Amino acid sequence: MRNLAVCLLLFFLHVVYVSAQERPYFVTYSHEMEEPGNLDIEFFGVDGKPAAANRFVGSNLEFEYGVKAWWTSEFYLDGQITQHDSTIFTGYRWENRFRPLLREHWINPVIYVEFENTSADKALREVVGHDGVPDFATLNSIARQDKEREIETKLILGSNFRGWNLSENIIAEKNLSNDPWEFGYALAASRPLKLAANAYDCTFCPEKFQAGVEMYGGLGDRYSFGTRLTSQYLGPTVNWTAPNGTTFSFSPQFGLNDYSIPRLYRFGISYEIEQFLSRFRRGGN
Amino acid sequence: MIRKIPLLLPILFSTAFVLALADGAWLTKVPSRDHARLNPYQGQPDAIAAGRRIFLDHCSKCHGENAEGTKKRPALTSQRVQQQATVGDLHWLLVNGNMKKGMPSWAKLPDPQIWQVITYVKSLHDN
Repeated sequence: MRNLAVCLLLFFLHVVYVSAQERPYFVTYSHEMEEPGNLDIEFFGVDGKPAAANRFVGSNLEFEYGVKAWWTSEFYLDGQITQHDSTIFTGYRWENRFRPLLREHWINPVIYVEFENTSADKALREVVGHDGVPDFATLNSIARQDKEREIETKLILGSNFRGWNLSENIIAEKNLSNDPWEFGYALAASRPLKLAANAYDCTFCPEKFQAGVEMYGGLGDRYSFGTRLTSQYLGPTVNWTAPNGTTFSFSPQFGLNDYSIPRLYRFGISYEIEQFLSRFRRGGN
Repeated sequence: MIRKIPLLLPILFSTAFVLALADGAWLTKVPSRDHARLNPYQGQPDAIAAGRRIFLDHCSKCHGENAEGTKKRPALTSQRVQQQATVGDLHWLLVNGNMKKGMPSWAKLPDPQIWQVITYVKSLHDN
């Protein structure tokens, strides 16, 4: 296992990175797709301390591939560490995003479909239904016995206007066991600190930063739609793209009611490998 | 065989349509308002340098380091791009992409950066 990790690290250190122009969002999806042939590798983590429960760090390792200009596919591996408890692998997810309209409009829809097979997940990549603080109080050894095989669908709406990106997600999730549909939402807006690029190479120039705000939460389920007994979060978010193309993101997020974790600290790192599969073909570089 | 001709005709027509799109048919789809747009950075040396940096970051893997094209993707030094297409046409293409042909939308780039890339690409004609 360690050899495999070293091999992967060496491989990724030797490939060419590109500036990813990622939006600084952790939960919200924009309508922007991965460029065809590019592989984006991302690590996202979230640190939180729920009231009357142990501190945790949830994480995702994501592999996002542009299959077509209108189709992006992504595979996630999830894990979590809970203080005074354990470190566990919590499952996997496979998502696909499809852009039905092939031109840019004032608002652009994207259809999102995901299958997830997780247990004791604390990555908080979406908040739906009545997800909240009580979910974090269970010991990992007990929580992981409850397998969640779910289908998650989203309607992603996105707009770009004068450098601003506005994104709205409407989420519907169904546990494939006999649970009702659960609903949620996510909203975000962001903008680069400077719109025009610098003529010369620079590390900390404003166009390398994007800043914005993100808000998301649950909307109950089929039988109890609304915001009662749901968790809601809001926070500023920022990212910076280093000269080698690696993007670092950070967001402190705040629970807006007692059912939410008071503070979440989200962090992420991502890098994009251009034309990934062509590297394995004869003559690829 | 005669019975198969009606089945073959749509295939032949659709093949011809796809081939037509591959040779720059996107130019015919640009609305006149976009076609007539002007580049606010036209000829500015700083914009050319900035455009070159963005081009190397996002475009060169498909279109070549000097826009000379690659096996599967077109050169941007061609007569079609350099003379036939206006800067407005190129802006429209970058914003909307040509997704069926594999060209993604670059609307994620701020508008000034799109114009900087176009300034760089058009400067290749002068060289």
